[in-house]
Amino acid sequence: MSTMLQVTGLSHRYGTGEHAHVAVNDLTFTVETGELSCIVGPSGCGKSTLLRCISGLITPTGGEVSLHGDRVTGVPEDLAVVFQDYSRSLFPWLTVRQNVEFPLRWKKSRAERRERSEEALEWVSLPGVGGKYPWQLSGGMQQRVSIARALARRPALLLMDEPFASVDAQTRFELEDLLRSVQLQHGSTILLVTHDIDESVYLGDRVLVLSKSPARIVADLPVDLPAERHQITTRESANFVSLRAEVARLLQGGTPAEPAAGVVSEKPS
Amino acid sequence: MRPIVRNLAGLAGFLLLWEAVVRLGLVPEREVPPASVVLARTVSLLGDEPFLRDVIATVLAWAIALGTAIVIAVPAGLLLGSLPGLRVATRAIVEFLRPIPSVALIPLVILVVGGGPESKIALAIYAAIWPILYNAIYAFDEIDSLLIDTARSCGAGRMRILASVALPHAAPFIFTGIRMSAAIGLIVVVSTEFIAGAAAGIGQFILAATSGGGRMDLVLAGTVVAGLLGYLINDGLERLGRRLFRWHTATTAEAM
Repeated sequence: MSTMLQVTGLSHRYGTGEHAHVAVNDLTFTVETGELSCIVGPSGCGKSTLLRCISGLITPTGGEVSLHGDRVTGVPEDLAVVFQDYSRSLFPWLTVRQNVEFPLRWKKSRAERRERSEEALEWVSLPGVGGKYPWQLSGGMQQRVSIARALARRPALLLMDEPFASVDAQTRFELEDLLRSVQLQHGSTILLVTHDIDESVYLGDRVLVLSKSPARIVADLPVDLPAERHQITTRESANFVSLRAEVARLLQGGTPAEPAAGVVSEKPS
Repeated sequence: MRPIVRNLAGLAGFLLLWEAVVRLGLVPEREVPPASVVLARTVSLLGDEPFLRDVIATVLAWAIALGTAIVIAVPAGLLLGSLPGLRVATRAIVEFLRPIPSVALIPLVILVVGGGPESKIALAIYAAIWPILYNAIYAFDEIDSLLIDTARSCGAGRMRILASVALPHAAPFIFTGIRMSAAIGLIVVVSTEFIAGAAAGIGQFILAATSGGGRMDLVLAGTVVAGLLGYLINDGLERLGRRLFRWHTATTAEAM
């Protein structure tokens, strides 16, 4: 396995002087190619800032990010982001197909764009809706369109910022399974940010636990669950239950069962 | 179907009332001719070539003015909407210029651009700029940052975001401004023709009918045509807007 993403000493501070707010403080971790890593942390801990630094949307005030060895300075060509709020992130004046083709607009021929969008829509099980507008679809379907748009770019790294936080529980399960199966089929490298403990364990090959703001890494836990997951059986397995308990303890500021080297946990204040 | 019938019922009621008031002698027929006479005169005027030339002159001036206002106000709105510093710096002058009634500028404009059709066009441009400018500033300023982030994360640069995100996002708001300006532009063109005189135009026709023997039937017929023109323009733009910006009505209705 090669390293896809390397984050070294990443810090980000909003503002300067007395009013400065440190959102992310000295984060270091890597993501291997073909891995689905979940970052879980309490609300407002700086998860989104971290993701925006990695995606090149903002320039971190300290440290660096490199994608397959290249230092990230702007938005990388082969990176895609799926945001939480699909209703604000899909272009309402474009059809579903045009939305999916948006990242290819200036790069590919019309025929190639069409082919890729059809393909991406099929991957997310949305064939035949290309001519509709996003607002004519349900929330879950809209988020599938966002995922298809990200996949159409054929990203080396797919970043997802709380992608399933705005859909109902049933749809959420469907989308989680869809993401797992797309990832298994295509060997995509995915970094997903969530505040939901169960989701991080269910989806991840690995879970990175962040502390309260400013975000630090509290633990880096491998998820020892079979690659094929199932909403009912996986969630009731002993491994799942103990992992989610451990993540929950870590998030509450307790000490990890097996302290990772160099990782200090924060006592609840 | 129903609303149309009801709208027409209202119009018919108004015309009947008008007819009755005049026929009963409540107002002198010399000053206000009855509806039937005015309508008959309107119909005959619509077949009258010199009058049609007046209508064309007015519509042409209106169209040129609206087009020019759009070309000026949209880029200006984009600039002011995306550069808050510039917006603050120009606020005082904009707030001073905006409320000036165009008609009050007639002497100045005639002095500067002369008495030809340029003067009514210039005044209509002036009046039509504001609604478009205001809506454009608002639309470019209010754009959702997530939409911009999405476009950036799709690899779009500044100019591409401007062309393929900011403009389509602002288009329905700008269009609303254009609809308001279309009505204002027509009012200013006709009033300038009426007040300052012109070689041709509906306002000029009304002015001539007033002074030359006080032909009130012709005056009112000209007014009816001007009103009809305004109605057709607004209705046409409304239909066009509904067709072009179905996504906007659909998404804003959903949000409410």
